[in-house]
Amino acid sequence: MNATKTKTLPDGVTEDPPWIRRLLIATALLFLVLFLFVPLAAIFKEAFSNGLAEYWWALSDPDALAAIRLTLLATVIAVPLNLIFGIAASWAIANFEFRGKSVLVSLIDLPLAVSPVIAGMVFVLLFGTNGLLGAWLEAHHLKIIFATPGIVLATAFVTFPFVARELIPVMQARGSEEEEAALVLGASGWQMFWRVTLPNIRWGLLYGTILCCARAMGEFGAVSVVSGHIRGLTNTMTLHVEILYNEYNFAAAFAVASLLTLLALVTLAAKSLLARRSGRAGQDSEELA
Amino acid sequence: MPRGFCGHGSAPPPAVQPRTPLTRIIHQNNEKKSYCQAWHGFVGIAPENTLPPGACSGNGVSPDKRLLFLKYSGEYFGLNERRFALPSRRLRRGVLPGFGPALGLSLFYLCLLVLLPLSTIFLRSSTMGWQAFWEAVTAPRVIASYRLSLLASLGAALINAFFGFLVAWVLVRYRFPGRDIVDALVDLPFALPTAVAGIALTAIYGPEGWLGRPLAHLGVQAVFNPLGILIALTFIGLPFAVRTVQPVLEGLDKAEEETAASLGASRWQTFRRVILPPVLPAVLTGFALAFARALGEYGSVVFISGNMPMRTEVAPLLIMTKLEQFDTEGATAIAVVLLGLSFALLLAINLLQARQQRLAGQ
Repeated sequence: MNATKTKTLPDGVTEDPPWIRRLLIATALLFLVLFLFVPLAAIFKEAFSNGLAEYWWALSDPDALAAIRLTLLATVIAVPLNLIFGIAASWAIANFEFRGKSVLVSLIDLPLAVSPVIAGMVFVLLFGTNGLLGAWLEAHHLKIIFATPGIVLATAFVTFPFVARELIPVMQARGSEEEEAALVLGASGWQMFWRVTLPNIRWGLLYGTILCCARAMGEFGAVSVVSGHIRGLTNTMTLHVEILYNEYNFAAAFAVASLLTLLALVTLAAKSLLARRSGRAGQDSEELA
Repeated sequence: MPRGFCGHGSAPPPAVQPRTPLTRIIHQNNEKKSYCQAWHGFVGIAPENTLPPGACSGNGVSPDKRLLFLKYSGEYFGLNERRFALPSRRLRRGVLPGFGPALGLSLFYLCLLVLLPLSTIFLRSSTMGWQAFWEAVTAPRVIASYRLSLLASLGAALINAFFGFLVAWVLVRYRFPGRDIVDALVDLPFALPTAVAGIALTAIYGPEGWLGRPLAHLGVQAVFNPLGILIALTFIGLPFAVRTVQPVLEGLDKAEEETAASLGASRWQTFRRVILPPVLPAVLTGFALAFARALGEYGSVVFISGNMPMRTEVAPLLIMTKLEQFDTEGATAIAVVLLGLSFALLLAINLLQARQQRLAGQ
């Protein structure tokens, strides 16, 4: 993970015997191969099982394109909302002391503890035909459930905590001296934010956004409840995968799934790049001190 | 010299108006109003003649050792060090702008998107009456789904607690080729859409799959069986178990192990008595996180379980079925119980983590 650990690993007494080391590495790797590598390989193997042409056909199918478009639309609306919330919440939490701060932090994590199915269900209870606002919506010819707004809402709910969760530790670790210096030197609040805060948190922000996007595009349970599964209209990518799979059109299902898998892999790559970067930055500041 | 001091060397500190007279800061400091770890900055400037006689003379620390004074051209600069008491909550807020709007926006969005929708569940279930609620929750099919959800999640969390520790240990302590890739891929179940995970696992463990075929030879059918649910939930929970233990293992002090070894402890004794105790709370947290995640899981289970009522139907799946049958009340009742369980787990996790941070702080 970072290079300092290699240097500080002492030899001798705290080393495990080689046979134990090999046994543990082998067991851990076997477990990971069974649970991580095999599924990953299986997705791409199944996706290309009928050849490249079939793969391309599955992705350029109008229903698939509509699903991709809807997924992107939901992501483009939900992620910026959560981004703004994440920045605001982490600014308040990291830089200020106030009553009920720990409660707020726990509440931000709340959507993670809620089952995705329940996350979708709450919007049905609120906006569905028999829901609290159902009659009012119907009277005004507004449709939220089984339509795009419901999908956006469910997506936003499920991805709600991710940006804030990434940013809070980043901001807390940085402290606020640079902002204070900027203010003392006469910067306005927004100048301070754009020129000092934002550049400093950019990597955490970037990873939070990527994670948020990946989760938004990959959300299944919550979206499944509110979508109504209307082909070409209210189907997101994951729901399209489900439909294709249930129609025994495995190759096409895995073709769409492979796109989502690529997204997941990009997320992982971004994370390890970021970890390496911040690890190096941490090392630099240690050397300075 | 504290890092927050902006005038290193000969450069003069910025000339600004006194924000707060230093005397007041000292006074409020004696009351120890609030603490903050991240703060180690500049708190204020006071002209020399504003200080009471004997408050400080020259460079030095305040009587309560919470403030550092630097005398510079007739003015005193007050600096407080990391983990030192803050002057006051009001001053702390006064330094940076945007507290009101930031908190207001966060709370507004939180209420609108999360709290208000979630409260409808409790609202709806409270209108259905105790009798109806109890009947909906204790129907045999519902009880069976709770039992399956709890048992499968428990099993998966136990597997993850064990293998999560093992994987974290191997990643932290040993070097082997491909370690970085393995380390990055541990998060795969977290980043991969659950539906994709579900169809991939079903394909692998199905009768024609890479692992399903050898299992079938042994007479074990994984797919459409509780075993399949266990596999899916293990997959889903793995990163939580690994990532909570890993930083704690990285932070362990090797000197303690060396001490134990030099005092004649065997490697196994060292592991049990020196390494395990500080890591155990993290293992427990990882277990609880994996458990909570598994309890609500839907996407990966729906494909592999076969959704047979009484046999392979987990609670989130039953909620889905009830919703599709427009039995909103039944679905709400099941959801209330499931949410209650999740919140109890969340509370336990928060308490565990607070405990762990206290331990780490000592």
